[in-house]
Amino acid sequence: MQVTMTVNGEQVTRDVEPRLLLVHFLRDDLGLTGTHWGCDTSNCGVCAVWMDGEPVKSCTVLAAMASGHEIRTVEGLEREGQLDPVQEGFIQEHGLQCGFCTPGMMMTARYLLDRNPHPTDEEIREAISGQICRCTGYENIVRAVRWAARHAAAGQAREEVSAP
Amino acid sequence: MQVPAPVEYERARSVEDALALLERRGPEARLLAGGHSLLPMMKLRLARPQVLIDVNELSDLAYIRVEGGDLRIGAMARHRDLLESPVAWEHFPIMREAETVIADPLVRNRGTVGGSLCQADPNEDLSAVFAALKAQAVIRSTSESRVVSMDQFHQGPYTTAVGPAEMLVELRVPIRPGSGSAYEKVERRVGDWPVGAAGAFLRLDAGRVAEAGIGLAAVGAEHFRVPAAEESLVGEEPVEEAFTEAGRLAAEGCHPVTDQRGPADYKRHLAYELTRRALRRAAARARGEGDQPCR
Repeated sequence: MQVTMTVNGEQVTRDVEPRLLLVHFLRDDLGLTGTHWGCDTSNCGVCAVWMDGEPVKSCTVLAAMASGHEIRTVEGLEREGQLDPVQEGFIQEHGLQCGFCTPGMMMTARYLLDRNPHPTDEEIREAISGQICRCTGYENIVRAVRWAARHAAAGQAREEVSAP
Repeated sequence: MQVPAPVEYERARSVEDALALLERRGPEARLLAGGHSLLPMMKLRLARPQVLIDVNELSDLAYIRVEGGDLRIGAMARHRDLLESPVAWEHFPIMREAETVIADPLVRNRGTVGGSLCQADPNEDLSAVFAALKAQAVIRSTSESRVVSMDQFHQGPYTTAVGPAEMLVELRVPIRPGSGSAYEKVERRVGDWPVGAAGAFLRLDAGRVAEAGIGLAAVGAEHFRVPAAEESLVGEEPVEEAFTEAGRLAAEGCHPVTDQRGPADYKRHLAYELTRRALRRAAARARGEGDQPCR
């Protein structure tokens, strides 16, 4: 069957099997391997992407279900060569070690900050509660999101980072 | 790598369209709502439909509103819709309290109220919630629309009254002044099924219990209820002794099994203790003593 969807602002059309999962469509058909593929059971959350502006677990959505809809992946976080403050925050606060959960964490973090620019630690932890990190104990991820909240605009983030 | 077996895909444009597709494609067709139960089951070959009928475009079934003295919830309302619904919180705080501890925010963005009830997993929180509230389910086919009680709806584990060519379209919960409700769940970690959970609904009249509902999840209660525990409360004052007796009857009337989430005797203890806690808070709400949000 043919599916057409918008991925990071670009319309794509492909022939797929109806059983194809969105995570494999993104990684294998579109080569967008920033979205990771983990537990296959909608538990670990490494496959989180946005569908129509809301984070979902792409291992539990068929590519067919996403047809006609808008998908945003971690590759779509950066704007015109500038990292999103969330991405900068993960660098600044060492929000990752192995990096496997990072793309999904950053997608839910961006979603949270868009709706709640100044979240409490508890709100940050609730927002990422559908995602598992085995390296950081979550502490540095929470710090990274807090960093991003303090540096709301991407340009502002860049200036501060590059300041002496 | 877990992927579903080959399957055909159809997208329904309306309820009528979905029902016509179900009728045309026969019993090997399955409705696909949020997909967070069905797709994992398909990956494990626990379900193997020949055709999926995607009902996610039926946004006209995603409502939560008051109508005809009922809170009416469309089958395609997402968990998140129910979690955030002010009108659901106003009339039935049990709903938000349960939704807060169902899965996680990402799953709640997709999973639906109707899908959860039709999955009829014995561990399912919402099944206990709607059982406690004595809700009614509206089931449609191409030829008729029928309304069933939750006892009729839940026929057993993973089995409901919804026939192969039918669709659950709405839940109706009668709004009753002077009532209160609450949900209590013990889970091993965020997003897990309960080890045990209890929901309570109480309507008070002249200082006594006029109506009581207790819904239990994950402890082997038939139709998610223990009627003897509910009946023990009616006519009583909403006091600690009455809650303890109802908790005792709830524990006695359920049939938990030992599994990886815990031993049967612990789950029975949870049925007792969580029933008491939920009743306590439901009664406080019925008396108008603050809204005691769960978090």
